[in-house]
Amino acid sequence: MHVHIMQKMLLLTVFLAASVIAQAQLYMTRTGTISFFSKTALEDIQAENNQVYAVIDAGKKNLAFTLLMKGFIFRKELMQEHFNENYVESDKYPKANFTGMFTGDFTPAKDGLYHVIVKGSLTIHNTTRRIEQPATFELIKGRISGRADFKVRPEDYNISIPSIVRDKISGELTVHVRVDCKITR
Amino acid sequence: MHHKKITWLLVTILFTFQLGAQDSSLLKMINDSMSIHEKSMLVTGTFKANHVINMQTVEGPAAGALNLMIQHRFGKLNDGIYDFFGLDNAGWRLGFDYGISNRLVVGVGRSSFQKTYDGYLKYKMLRQTEGIKQVPVTVSILGTISNYTLRQPDKPYLTAAYRTAYTAQLLIARKFGSRFSAQLTPTYLHYNLVPTAADKNDIFAVAAGARMKITKRMSINAEYNYLPAGQVVSAKVNDCFSLGWDIETGGHVFQLVFSNSQSMIETQYITQTNGQWTKGDIYFGFNVSRNFNVSKKAKAGMLH
Repeated sequence: MHVHIMQKMLLLTVFLAASVIAQAQLYMTRTGTISFFSKTALEDIQAENNQVYAVIDAGKKNLAFTLLMKGFIFRKELMQEHFNENYVESDKYPKANFTGMFTGDFTPAKDGLYHVIVKGSLTIHNTTRRIEQPATFELIKGRISGRADFKVRPEDYNISIPSIVRDKISGELTVHVRVDCKITR
Repeated sequence: MHHKKITWLLVTILFTFQLGAQDSSLLKMINDSMSIHEKSMLVTGTFKANHVINMQTVEGPAAGALNLMIQHRFGKLNDGIYDFFGLDNAGWRLGFDYGISNRLVVGVGRSSFQKTYDGYLKYKMLRQTEGIKQVPVTVSILGTISNYTLRQPDKPYLTAAYRTAYTAQLLIARKFGSRFSAQLTPTYLHYNLVPTAADKNDIFAVAAGARMKITKRMSINAEYNYLPAGQVVSAKVNDCFSLGWDIETGGHVFQLVFSNSQSMIETQYITQTNGQWTKGDIYFGFNVSRNFNVSKKAKAGMLH
């Protein structure tokens, strides 16, 4: 009986120790790009944020993103004002963020192109949803280039679109993520 | 068996806690980094429209965009049922505002009141920012010119020059949070001709306006124009006070207004308001503005 418990305790300790010892290998950027696009018969909407903060822990396979909603630059100024004032209410909810982890055969030891699955919580407009999306990580000499494309529905994040303009905005917005993270430590 | 289950449960819980801690610590790290590298961001949307009610705001159309303004003031509410509370009488102004750049706006207009033409230039000198470097207010400078063309056969001496008046205004506005904005507008007016020698050609006034957002797309506005005494002497004039309700939909802003002045340009509503709120001299009306992206750049949505 003792022996079994002891063995398990040892296993538990080793397990935990191993996960702590797994070196944090942090790749970071402050100039990542996230853009989104909506196309309908009535109008095209496009915006880009070039000040996305992203960090990828290659060792522990975690990642996090944060950005300021006011950093989205629109092609049309009035659209940008409506986006901030009426839709995402950026005065009230200035940031959007993502935290999660990724799975796949990625290893920081070897340069190359890796296909991973990213899972985690995306928070926009003070509303959090779990998402799971494929992404590619390209590891070249101390830099990870992360790329992902996925769709987001405004209603999922409690962004209400009045019926009068509903047909001007696609039900699903296409989001492109492009981050070039450099190793920090 | 019992022990085995508990142990694995413990392992799983502890492992998940570890992961959770790592998740939020990564987010905390980049949020901290963002605070350290915080840049200043321009404050936008101080007002939804280019006018509070009669008073111009610091806002204007974006570069290459044209704003069409249709302003209407009906007759007085105390005109009674015969004139349908003023709806039978109407004064209007039609105006076009064009964004030469993101800071400079040029506008022209024509009012039915005394058949007046007006023009203006508005320049945003200073923009409010938040973040690492905080500029507390947005400041614009506005110069207007007006010329009334109403024929007055009994006054043949009225040349074009005598019919002309000018204003210079400093528009100082601040957005306080997401709902409330206020503006202070010191004003200088010059009339080439005034009715009597006792009236001043150079007049000083100060106006204050504010808006309070009640929903994402609606706000209640108020505006008060204070005209110090001793400047307009030969006629009894009152300070112009107005209330408005803004409704914004897409590229339009509708403003429903109540004012004791039927005119809508600075050289008229600041110094020539006869109406009194307490007597029911209240003119109901509206401002409608519609935004058009005109220049190729604005249409294509080039980033300026």
